[in-house]
Amino acid sequence: MSGAVVLLRRVGSVVNAGVARLGFAARFFLLLLRYSGQSLLRVHLTMREIYFSGVLSLLIIIVSGLFVGMVLGLQGYETLQRFGSGDALGVLVALSLTRELGPVVAGLLFASRAGSAVTAEIGLMKTTEQLKAMDMMAVNPLARVVAPRFWGGVVSMPLLAAIFSAMGVFGGWLIGVVFIGVDEGAFWSQMQAAVDFREDIVNGVIKSFVFGVAVALIAVFEGYDCEPTAEGVSRAITRTVVSSALAILALDFVLTSFMFRGVS
Amino acid sequence: MSDTTLVTLRDVRFAYGEREILQGVNLSVRRGQVVAIMGGSGCGKTTLLRLVGGQLRASSGSVSVGGRNLAHLSHAELYALRRRMGMLFQFGALFTDLSAFDNVAFPLREHTDLPSELVHDLVLMKLNAVGLRGAEHLKPAELSGGMARRVALARAVALDPMLIMYDEPFAGLDPISLGIIGQLIRRLNDALGASSIIVTHDVHESLDIVDYVYFVSNGRIVAEGTPDEIRVSTDPFVHQFVHAEADGPVPFHYPAPPFAERLFGQGVA
Ligand SMILES: Nc1ncnc2c1ncn2[C@@H]1O[C@H](COP(=O)(O)OP(=O)(O)OP(=O)(O)O)[C@@H](O)[C@H]1O
Ligand SMILES: [Mg+2]
Repeated sequence: MSGAVVLLRRVGSVVNAGVARLGFAARFFLLLLRYSGQSLLRVHLTMREIYFSGVLSLLIIIVSGLFVGMVLGLQGYETLQRFGSGDALGVLVALSLTRELGPVVAGLLFASRAGSAVTAEIGLMKTTEQLKAMDMMAVNPLARVVAPRFWGGVVSMPLLAAIFSAMGVFGGWLIGVVFIGVDEGAFWSQMQAAVDFREDIVNGVIKSFVFGVAVALIAVFEGYDCEPTAEGVSRAITRTVVSSALAILALDFVLTSFMFRGVS
Repeated sequence: MSDTTLVTLRDVRFAYGEREILQGVNLSVRRGQVVAIMGGSGCGKTTLLRLVGGQLRASSGSVSVGGRNLAHLSHAELYALRRRMGMLFQFGALFTDLSAFDNVAFPLREHTDLPSELVHDLVLMKLNAVGLRGAEHLKPAELSGGMARRVALARAVALDPMLIMYDEPFAGLDPISLGIIGQLIRRLNDALGASSIIVTHDVHESLDIVDYVYFVSNGRIVAEGTPDEIRVSTDPFVHQFVHAEADGPVPFHYPAPPFAERLFGQGVA
């Protein structure tokens, strides 16, 4: 058979498999929403997952936010200074964080810290037949295991992004005001004047919420759908991190182009 | 169907993909009975239990439990039925993030509103029955293989089910616990008025406690009978199994081309 036909076939089968998987994921999402009601009623299940996904991610979020803010302080001041507007440092730091860096970087960190852990946990439960045993006890694994982890991620992510941004602003202040000596009053007052609640803060929160849904869904789906072997779980974890990163960056572009087209 | 029969498999066929595992199995379990299913490794015993539990669907034939064909049940009805079934998984399948106590308490907490003191007492009774009351705080990772299966056994009977399925309950047990667990299975069955299906390789232990035995081979039931009939059976299959002989109709090897072909390459013929 000629090379072109083989190639075409291979492309066809990859596309086919991809579409089938997307369809499967969509169905999975609908089922997940359907069974969420009964699991959200038992609040302690979701609280536990907020602890594992959210609270345990705090350290990396706080430290990273601080460093990102400090780098922004250095780089931003250096550039602004060339145009004689070093006082606007606070605006630059706050806007970059609330609009972009907070949701995006926190999302990427969240995917690799919490998303991978969720995939691993669900994947191992599947591999060791714990999900089947639960199903056999008439306890739906989607309601008992998957839904709480999904909602735990959805709730945690915007909070983590907010904490990231706050730490970043603090880092920018530390470098700009404390070390470089930008006027403190100008730093805060310009920030207050330029950052709009609706335009910047709310949009940032919307972004982080959307990223949270995407990462949490990818993480639980990959775990639930993994091949029940050691390699299967490890591949699923890799896919969670890679797909989450791509999803966050792509969604960020789409959301940004809707939210901030040509606003001054 | 008579009211005294709890589980009926009629001409059940099942295949994983292309590979036919069961090719027309007929089997029934009467209420109050303990039934053993025996057969070589890989002959489809676990698959049979999965079919009875409704986790797999027969490709043809019918599986009914309590007079209801599993293929016609909705998800909710299947779950209602499963609340009255207990299954001991071949590898235990304990929840690794929960202690032995919480594992046994899991079905009670999920399906009942019992006060926690009552749950506590019930769980300790079940753990005591399998000899592990002292291990209630241990996590599955801290249990030995045999202990883990005993905890899993306690969990399987936590809700006092009407049908209990044990997938190799004797694997990994020393002769003493083996005898005790065997008696426990019998006593539980009689005390609860339940029916039990035991998948096992342990011919002698199970012949002492069961009411009826099925032998599975090549996807079919090849022999069946009460323990007394089995002990004196002249059927070559049963004879080989009961007396653990190497030669006979039960193959030890998974189907494969002749070994010489693999060892010396395709050229040798
Ligand atoms: N998920 C699966 N996909 C494909 N084939 C499978 C799967 N599970 C089991 N099989 C095959 O089905 C056959 C029956 O498996 P099953 O687990 O029912 O055997 P078994 O009788 O319980 O064996 P054992 O006594 O060793 O536990 C085996 O030959 C196995 O290769
Ligand atoms: Mg088996």
